[in-house]
Amino acid sequence: MATMPLTGTPRRKAKVSRKRGQLVPALLFLLPALLGFIAFFAWPAVRGIYLSFTDYNLLSDPEWVGLENYQSIGSDPVFWRSMVVTLQYVLINIVVQTIAALGLAVLLHRFTKSMVIRGVVMLPYLIANVIVALVWYWLADYNLGLINSALDAIGLDRIGFFGDQQYAMTTIALVNVWRHLGYTTLLIFAGLQAIPGDVYEAAAVDGAGEWRVFRSITMPLLRPVLAFVLVVTVVGSFQIFDTIAVTTQGGPVDATNAITYYIYDRAFTRFDFGYASALSVILMIILAVIALVQMRVLRANQSDLER
Amino acid sequence: MKKSIILSTTLALAVGALAGCSSGGSDDGSSSGTDGGGDVTTISYGLWDSNQLPAYQQCADDFAAANPQYVVDIEQIGWDDYWSKITTGFVSGENYDVFTSHVAYYPEFQKNGQVLALDEYIERDGLDMSIYQDGLVELWQSPEGEQYGLPKDFDTISLFYNEQMTEAAGYTAEDVQNLTWNPEDGGTYEEFIAHMTIDTNGVRGDEDGFDKTSVETYGLWMEGSGGADGQTQWTFLTASLGWAQTDEAWGTTYNYDDPAFADTIDWWYSLVEKGYMPTFAAQEGISWADQLIAGKAAMVPNGSWMTGYVFGAASDTFTPAVAATPVGPDGASWSMLNGLADNIVAGTDNPDAAWEWVKYLGSAECQDVVAESAVVFPAVKTSTEKAIAAFEAKGVDVNAFTGHVEDGTTVLYPITDFKSDVNAIMTPVMEAIMSGAAGTDTLVDANASVNALFE
Repeated sequence: MATMPLTGTPRRKAKVSRKRGQLVPALLFLLPALLGFIAFFAWPAVRGIYLSFTDYNLLSDPEWVGLENYQSIGSDPVFWRSMVVTLQYVLINIVVQTIAALGLAVLLHRFTKSMVIRGVVMLPYLIANVIVALVWYWLADYNLGLINSALDAIGLDRIGFFGDQQYAMTTIALVNVWRHLGYTTLLIFAGLQAIPGDVYEAAAVDGAGEWRVFRSITMPLLRPVLAFVLVVTVVGSFQIFDTIAVTTQGGPVDATNAITYYIYDRAFTRFDFGYASALSVILMIILAVIALVQMRVLRANQSDLER
Repeated sequence: MKKSIILSTTLALAVGALAGCSSGGSDDGSSSGTDGGGDVTTISYGLWDSNQLPAYQQCADDFAAANPQYVVDIEQIGWDDYWSKITTGFVSGENYDVFTSHVAYYPEFQKNGQVLALDEYIERDGLDMSIYQDGLVELWQSPEGEQYGLPKDFDTISLFYNEQMTEAAGYTAEDVQNLTWNPEDGGTYEEFIAHMTIDTNGVRGDEDGFDKTSVETYGLWMEGSGGADGQTQWTFLTASLGWAQTDEAWGTTYNYDDPAFADTIDWWYSLVEKGYMPTFAAQEGISWADQLIAGKAAMVPNGSWMTGYVFGAASDTFTPAVAATPVGPDGASWSMLNGLADNIVAGTDNPDAAWEWVKYLGSAECQDVVAESAVVFPAVKTSTEKAIAAFEAKGVDVNAFTGHVEDGTTVLYPITDFKSDVNAIMTPVMEAIMSGAAGTDTLVDANASVNALFE
């Protein structure tokens, strides 16, 4: 998946006759993937869009209601609240994670060749999300958790990391930064390794310092990779679910009721599949727009590395 | 209960994997038995509680032994996945024949015609419905009065506490058993809670110099806001004021705007302000039971289903004990009553076989087996007695729980349409009140939103 936006190699038009002869085997090779795509992506998406215009509780047949679900969503305070807290999550999660991962990747790239250290960075990513969430949930417990005991020991007030409306979403965002930092670092690190060593040598010959090298060489040449990382992490970040599901379950007072959790709640707790489908369609549109804008603004398919 | 569900789901999944192996083994055994026996009908059965699996496996074995034409194939799935499995099972047509059901879910299934009414079978076989504890049969009746389940067990609420702490504070078990409560000053219940609260300097909640910002042991633990039900949090208090969520089963108006309810919640929240109960932010996290076991709380009201867990955690610092809920202004100690039953899937291929199994599950024969395992209270009156004795043999006095069904001091779990929507409206409202972000005056608007669901 990483190669898709990165390689923009221009391709010449193959001769038509050659294309024809290869059509049948090509289709045969594509068939398994195509079937999977239709069964697990295209058909559910079409069906989901259809259901968003219905009143459907799963147990009886869907009933066409037109735009009613979308109109209700517009005036649904829980939906707007869930959008606000989702944005809050994405903002904290992406900003902290990207800056930390970039720093870590540059450090790994410039200052170490040790495979052990590079491996250690990936460790949190190897632990299942649900386990990470539960371990932090217990560590951050107000009364019995290690973190609050430590705060207490150095004379600070205990904090309701997951139970206080003020902190709950920030806590969840930071827990996921911890979990995903290594993976993001790895992606950026791979991008750094693709930058040819001779530009760094040239910079060294010209007497550029570490900071100057970072600003004038690393950052511009890393841009396509960074754009790709941002698109993937932002889209993933919008879909925050598991950490919430095993800790706060949307509370306190909807402070962590992110959009995917709200969709889940509407569908599987309240059996309101039509409404949940409409919410999903809205989320899909939002994500598509964000991804497009990001690709455009960051010119993800062009590299500054013209040789 | 939310957190304990996650935990128990994890455990249940693990146990379920093992159970899958063992039931696979018994399948082999029964299929080899069929060689001589002729046609054997397999009845598939779903349940979520791994603690109860051994007892029901025993029931299934006994049932198959007495009825060689039937085999029961039990599948146990943790609570969180259980309801998705049941619901999607209805849609795909590949469901269990019989499944353990809950009052919070079955109205939706009943309304959509997915579960079978049992009236014809009950009449045909002349079942005596008076063998069950009072109130339980009604839980499984539709608004039209059709019977959808035979009660299998019940649960009530009592006060779990750490006897080492109460003894050190000079209270006898009898004192704790006879606390009184009112919404004005909290009665001896609040005095007890205040005295049991200790700050990090060892000062008690009712003594001078008590520091409510640094509490070592809370007199009472808060297990969430209670949402729409308050099953373990506040219904045992509101019931003594004559208040209930709705006036009758399948009611279409809720009573959250009643001043009696607001008074109770105001009093309950005052415990947070006084430092006797953790703030909403401080209670989120490790489950109430573990806080009690760890000495962070002296007392927690909760359900009989937690008895095994709490009493199983006895240690040098934790001596588990249980007392009846406080006596309210009407002179009685109250509890919410809820119970499970088995539903038959409407689309089953073998309704007659399914009924035979349901009938056996609802019989004293099977419920005596359940009683012996001392995990839950069976619904059949004579079996309840046996369960009390089985708990006693384990050293646990459960009369605080069972006394409520003997005395009739129970209120039913609120059973209405739109239950999950009611929960979705009430939970954030109650959380806001209990975290001090809103007052109980917000209950009036919330109640209007709830009642609007029924218009």
